[in-house]
Amino acid sequence: MYVAVKGGAAAIANAHRLLAKDRRGDPAVPELTAEQIAGQLTLAVDRVMAEGSLYDPELAAIAIRQARGDLIEAIFLVRAFRTTLPRLGASRPVDTAAMAIERRISATFKDLPGGQVLGPTFDYTHRLIEPDLGAEPPATADPLGPAPRVTDVLGHEGLVEPDAADPAARDAEPGDLTREPLVSPLPRDVRLQALARGDEGWLLGLAYSTQRGYGRNHPFVGEIRTGAVELELDVPELGFPVTLGTMTLTECQMVNQFHGSAEEPPQFTRGYGLVFGRVERKAMAMALVDRALRAGELGEDRVAPAQDEEFVIAHSDNVQATGFVEHLKLPHYVDFQAEAALVRRLRAEAAAGAAPGETDAQEAAE
Amino acid sequence: MTLTYNFAYLDEATKRMIRRAILKAVAIPGYQVPFASREMPMPYGWGTGGVQVTASIIGPDDTLKVIDQGSDDTTNAVSIRAFFARVANVAVTTATRDATIIQTRHRIPETPLSAGQILVFQVPIPEPLRFLEPRETETRVMHALEEYGLMHVKLYEDIARHGHIATTYAYPVKVEGRYIMDPSPTPKFDNPKMHRSPALQLFGAGREKRIYAVPPFTEVVSLDFEDHPFAVQAFDAPCALCGATGVYLDEIVTDDAGGRMFTCSDTDFCTQRRAAEAPNV
Repeated sequence: MYVAVKGGAAAIANAHRLLAKDRRGDPAVPELTAEQIAGQLTLAVDRVMAEGSLYDPELAAIAIRQARGDLIEAIFLVRAFRTTLPRLGASRPVDTAAMAIERRISATFKDLPGGQVLGPTFDYTHRLIEPDLGAEPPATADPLGPAPRVTDVLGHEGLVEPDAADPAARDAEPGDLTREPLVSPLPRDVRLQALARGDEGWLLGLAYSTQRGYGRNHPFVGEIRTGAVELELDVPELGFPVTLGTMTLTECQMVNQFHGSAEEPPQFTRGYGLVFGRVERKAMAMALVDRALRAGELGEDRVAPAQDEEFVIAHSDNVQATGFVEHLKLPHYVDFQAEAALVRRLRAEAAAGAAPGETDAQEAAE
Repeated sequence: MTLTYNFAYLDEATKRMIRRAILKAVAIPGYQVPFASREMPMPYGWGTGGVQVTASIIGPDDTLKVIDQGSDDTTNAVSIRAFFARVANVAVTTATRDATIIQTRHRIPETPLSAGQILVFQVPIPEPLRFLEPRETETRVMHALEEYGLMHVKLYEDIARHGHIATTYAYPVKVEGRYIMDPSPTPKFDNPKMHRSPALQLFGAGREKRIYAVPPFTEVVSLDFEDHPFAVQAFDAPCALCGATGVYLDEIVTDDAGGRMFTCSDTDFCTQRRAAEAPNV
């Protein structure tokens, strides 16, 4: 029977072969291609890119296929690859005002410069299962041109706090939690990075909790916009920025009530969400949680879980969370043996009545 | 698409960053050094900290041993050993004596370690005060001020409630008279092996992004009280396979009628003893 705990190497090899078989499914059905996933499961690809922190639809699609559609597993694959890539430099900040807009909505203004456009959204679909998706004739639309962000429109009146009030923070190279140790309290750039990589479900739940009274901050969707932006890199030798390519982003600017303090007049404050792709739910949740985490900075009482940076950020990474939760299935017999011996001893003492332990306890209490 | 990886997986800049953290950890025994832990190709909680430490110190001439629960043959030990055999092409061994680096989860080998060997621990929660105070911002201050009363109160409460200190693994130690340190979830049986060990002991916590160390011949004292001195687990019977006493035993359930047998947790130690006895039988 001792053999039962041996043979790990053979067991692992066999498990991998079984996994490959299950991944492939029925061999009579054609194998999924990465192109199909990248082209038709685009929101899954977007989520894997966003939480994998790597903008590469092809790689994300391959990871989704390898992970059998388990998105956290796919995110893990992308992260493990990303970590091996050299860091060549930091791009210029992307200008979302210059975005080629495919979707833009505001809940605060009926109309605004640049216009609103629904774009490809589930919002007003009736959630009826449609076995035949080919029935609807597809439409095409040209993207809208550059449009000012709604927070800039409000900013002219001083109604809303400006972008990065501190110019030093604005011009500094942003932090990177994948290259520097994470030590709380975090600067906002690193916090936003953590939120952008954070688990969508975790952020959604926390954002929802702020709406139900656990750290309420009276949000309005100032604007959500989705579209393509250019990514530019300054190359010192050239003296001008080089365009690396375009990427699709979704940005959400929440505008939140603020009653003012001794130093600040009443003004709308902001929560910010920015994600790769079209993961709009995540961008909105991120903006709500970002605003909640600014409680300390804005002089609000920090009483709710969503306002607690250590709690929120330390548990936001699903690759970390899934690893640690799932590690409980690794062998723990050594520790369990230690605990079992203690429990047996305590039970034996309890069964024996006034056991040595109890006299010890009296001594200890004295 | 073909991908190639650097020797021992991590790029050299990352290894340098980790080595700096290790050097700092060695300079301040028991102090948890934050480091920019990388994402590894195995899950967090499965030894990513230990793997990063090993990857940063391993060279082509090293001989690596990997154990989990004292055994070389448990699945995760097999997996990590295979990883290094693949990405670093180093020699691997199961013999404690032959290894230059031993990566471990939950045990310290029974065979005494010697100078020049490095023991790398996989650490899940590096902060010994974590379950008394969940906030890192607080525990950092407690360590800085050497404010360890809370830990002593916890141990005292154990005694008041159970008559014993009811911590059986991850039993806190004080290193070189200064920092309280989590020895990782090894059974307290192994704590005395850390004290003045001639081997360098490195601890890597990947998910929590901390590295700490016990340099060779460092004082490692398990916390206790004068009237409740620290004591390790003792087993009633010797190992059922090799007859060893004074070693840590695994309990193996042999049937569903309460049948049990106890055998060495350190499988290499057990195998060597049986091999040494075999010619005499």
